[in-house]
Amino acid sequence: MGVFDIIGPVMIGPSSSHTAGAARLGKMAGTILGEVPVKAVITLYGSFAQTYKGHGTDKALVAGLMGFAADDERIKDALSLAEKSGLEVVFKSSQGDYHPNTAEFELSGVSGKKARVRGASLGGGSIRITSIDGYEVEFAGEYYTLITIHQDKPGVIANITQILAQQNVNIAFMRVSRKQKGAQALMILETDQPIALRAINAMNELSGIQSALVVQPI
Amino acid sequence: MINFKYIAELVELAESSKKTIAEVVWGWESEESQCSSDVVWNKMHAGLKVMQDAVRQGLQEQEKSFSGLVGGDACRFTNADTFLGPVVAKAAAYALGVSEVNARMGKIVACPTAGSCGIVPGAILAVGEHLKCDDKVLVKALFTAAGIGAVISSNATVAGAVGGCQAECGSAAAMAAAAVTEMLGGTPKQSAHALALALKNLLGLVCDPVAGLVEVPCVKRNAFAAVHALLAAQMALAGIESVIPADEVIEAMYRIGLDLPRTLKETSEGGLAKTPTGERITEGING
Ligand code: SF4
Repeated sequence: MGVFDIIGPVMIGPSSSHTAGAARLGKMAGTILGEVPVKAVITLYGSFAQTYKGHGTDKALVAGLMGFAADDERIKDALSLAEKSGLEVVFKSSQGDYHPNTAEFELSGVSGKKARVRGASLGGGSIRITSIDGYEVEFAGEYYTLITIHQDKPGVIANITQILAQQNVNIAFMRVSRKQKGAQALMILETDQPIALRAINAMNELSGIQSALVVQPI
Repeated sequence: MINFKYIAELVELAESSKKTIAEVVWGWESEESQCSSDVVWNKMHAGLKVMQDAVRQGLQEQEKSFSGLVGGDACRFTNADTFLGPVVAKAAAYALGVSEVNARMGKIVACPTAGSCGIVPGAILAVGEHLKCDDKVLVKALFTAAGIGAVISSNATVAGAVGGCQAECGSAAAMAAAAVTEMLGGTPKQSAHALALALKNLLGLVCDPVAGLVEVPCVKRNAFAAVHALLAAQMALAGIESVIPADEVIEAMYRIGLDLPRTLKETSEGGLAKTPTGERITEGING
């Protein structure tokens, strides 16, 4: 708790959970896709589904996808800006046993890359990503976050952490999840220091790694 | 090490070191965040500028919010003849304006929340004009307000969903009251009384926004709470004391918040939201 948790954040209204948090969720989903999105199907749950129009949740989510920060005054016009830039957006509402302010993104990027991201807005503008491409995850985007998809076999994680150690990067939190033993696994690693691009390139060269991606704190 | 968990400790820290609450809080933030005092100051100053812009915008623009429920009242209020004194009238107009900016998706500083974002700027900017002071005094006022808010947030809550509107607008009024008291030369003890008086007299205030939007009653409530804060500060400066000390008022606010039924804590399942008009509006927007 610091003074800027009280006098802050600087944000676009009207609601820290339904607008500012939504923009951050969108931004995180866009970063996880890792390229310019051309299509987004966004499913809203709970209170997001009920009150999104009045809170501009839809605009904020799309603004985030386009990389706007939570205090960007263009959020208000995000839907028309998306249309102009060739980003097609579809909104759906659904019911699920999730946190009441949950959104799920199915994204396609310019090169055809796809990503499925689910996350919740927890209040005060803070968020939690809860699922990526069907893997259960949990991170808040407050640290440098490394996301790897790799083969579930001995040594792969050690190789990754070794690269971080060489770069003097300290690991704050770490979590591995897999759908099935010996198949693919997803790891979330939150670090205190930024991770250099060359470290990511080195990881992508490792055997057993399908993809490694870094998300900057948002 | 600067450390305080209670208002009493914050007051004691300030008095024993012959500092203002603002200076103690500024030093504390700099220690906690391990940022230089200049960096911390500049960040707060940036927040102040957003508030000043929001006031300016709020007084000029008349555009409605997406729902059409609010927008234009700050202008209406400013352009009308008033029998109120200028400080009170400005505090109300500024608070309305900032809240309207928030409702129409403009840029604001949550203070402590987006729903209550007009109260602190309304009160301190109106008093700042009265004192003809520079930004320095206003930035300090924000540190004072932040320190009070930090204590309330760690010992109770500033979230309407947890404690009702007393936790949002009540806390904002308490923060503003302490800040204004210090701006006008009050002692740390007087600031503590001001915040206690402000919070005490908004205890029990429920959160029942129509259609779940931060509009009705929120926008106008910001104006009421800003003026309420001025009265609390004026009382404290006159030497009036709160019989119940600030920390105990904060604790009472928290207990009351927990005791409030969930229908009156941001769920829009009770109170104003469930009036015939409230329900009709809800159907029109979300239906
Ligand atoms: S009524 Fe509820 S939503 Fe409105 S300002 Fe108060 S706490 Fe916030």
